[in-house]
Amino acid sequence: MSVKKTLIWAVPIAVLLLVLPQVVDPYPTILLAYGLVMAIAVLGFNLLLGYTGLLSFGHSAYFGVGAYAVAFMVKYLHVQSMELFVLGAIVASILVTALFGYVCVRYTKIFFSILTLALSQVLWSLAFKFFWVTGGTDGLRVPTPKLLGVATAEGEDKIYFLAHGYYYYVLAVFVICVALMWLIVHSPFGKALQAIRDNETRARFIGIRIRRYRFVAFLVSGVFTGIAGALWVPLNGLTTPDILYWPFSGEIVFMAVLGGFRNFTGPIVGAVVFNYLKTYAVGFTVYWQALMGVILVVLVMTLPTGIVGSAKLVYAVARRRLAK
Amino acid sequence: MNLLETAKLTKYFGDTHAVDKVDFTIGEGEVLSLIGSNGAGKTSLVNLISGLILPDSGQIRFRGEDITKENVHARIKAGIARSFQIVNLFDELTLLDNVALSIFSREGMTRRLFSLADRQQAVWQEAHDILRQFGLELKAEVLAGGISQGERKLLDVAVAYALKPRLLFLDEPTSGVSTREKAPIMDVISSIVRAQKITAVVIEHDMDIIFKYSDRIVVMHQGEILASGAPEAIRNDERVKDAVFGPTHA
Ligand SMILES: Nc1ncnc2c1ncn2[C@@H]1O[C@H](COP(=O)(O)OP(=O)(O)O)[C@@H](O)[C@H]1O
Ligand SMILES: [Mg+2]
Repeated sequence: MSVKKTLIWAVPIAVLLLVLPQVVDPYPTILLAYGLVMAIAVLGFNLLLGYTGLLSFGHSAYFGVGAYAVAFMVKYLHVQSMELFVLGAIVASILVTALFGYVCVRYTKIFFSILTLALSQVLWSLAFKFFWVTGGTDGLRVPTPKLLGVATAEGEDKIYFLAHGYYYYVLAVFVICVALMWLIVHSPFGKALQAIRDNETRARFIGIRIRRYRFVAFLVSGVFTGIAGALWVPLNGLTTPDILYWPFSGEIVFMAVLGGFRNFTGPIVGAVVFNYLKTYAVGFTVYWQALMGVILVVLVMTLPTGIVGSAKLVYAVARRRLAK
Repeated sequence: MNLLETAKLTKYFGDTHAVDKVDFTIGEGEVLSLIGSNGAGKTSLVNLISGLILPDSGQIRFRGEDITKENVHARIKAGIARSFQIVNLFDELTLLDNVALSIFSREGMTRRLFSLADRQQAVWQEAHDILRQFGLELKAEVLAGGISQGERKLLDVAVAYALKPRLLFLDEPTSGVSTREKAPIMDVISSIVRAQKITAVVIEHDMDIIFKYSDRIVVMHQGEILASGAPEAIRNDERVKDAVFGPTHA
């Protein structure tokens, strides 16, 4: 897709996201902030699934690393700056993804998935074992951060902060991440990843060093998800081992599939929709997990190419009808 | 100096002597046909030289350098490219992308994460030119998974050709297509190979095609090289007749 064609879509949506907190209540705005954060995580995840053909079942690990990096910076270094948090999360997730990636990219298909899952479970169990460092199941608290060096006004309502200052902060990082990822998947490197996805043998025989490219994709993917983790902690106020646990990896997979992992925007739409669905399901019934399961199964069965894939199909059909 | 030389190159699969102490040479600029009945070891020989599999013993020298232990990437950099008997394409990408990827890779551009592929005018221009040469231009924007078998065979060759190799191996470029389609495919390929003065090794079954297009013919049988020579000499070689065409062949 060309730059122009993309901007026709992207600009109005960006404007909408900008004015939203001014016209809706704080609560749905905060929910959207959660959705945007998850969108960054799933966007990272999908560089592997959609573009490189590798299904990671351990992306909770990188999200968790980002979140815990922030919590550790608060606890041990008394850092308050959100920029430093993001930076710290990037460094931490580079270290962890480099290590995990080194091991995982030697494998593909189910072996890759299982390995990513196993490694993420190692981190999860470490978070429990070293409870005096990680706070165990109680987790670690993270107070309201300084944004661009500015602390929140004395006595400012936390909810107001999250729905305004922090929302815009998340939105800005989200826009940067989307633009970067868009560039990456449309770069020669991004094309090479798709080549590897489609035919590993042929990719090798046009001179692409597939393991190296997979490794770089793995790094980029993990770092995006790590950044999301860092943004998520102040929203949540607390990080617990839950976000390192495998069901959370499963949610990330689901968001990508729900939105449509073969489309660039699929993960974004999937993450935002999933987040609202989950929130309302939780409020609706204590059996929310079962309800979510049913909703998701139905959605995937009726929309196999995800929300975005199906929307594109409908749009194409409608256009053809109108053209007649 | 020969472009490529193998010395006692050997690969066994269990009891199968797929390639058995083969001394095989290719001269600069030659268009050579590699023939032999099914299972003779032709594909295995190409697999060894291109680096898909490693030999049990023996040596491969390319332009005087020992490349026996080099990986695929190094061999491609050195200028050895190949197509596949069973096509290997990027099915979810367009024909144009399939060819452009070879060019991006050849130019070392695939390492670029933060630049738009679309902006590389020269690459797309070249990719279009190559598709045109192979008669695939009209399908440039079609996904490789959605074209005919004959077109896929041609695209597979085009992807290898786009690497601008010094030595090009074509493993049965017309297998799996109808007899009617074989000649046009070989016409396209051979005219490109001749025009660009590419050194090429073509594995082929169709004798009419082989005698028409090759400078030299190398015959393999049960992992060994049985004969090598000009088309006329091979045509009249009794041992070749027996081994390749069967004893009853007139
Ligand atoms: N990967 C493999 N594993 C086991 N046997 C193989 C393998 N590849 C080839 N062979 C055997 O080696 C012999 C030569 O095969 P091949 O090189 O494909 O012959 P050709 O291309 O001349 O038809 C055959 O007997 C084949 O069954
Ligand atoms: Mg063969």
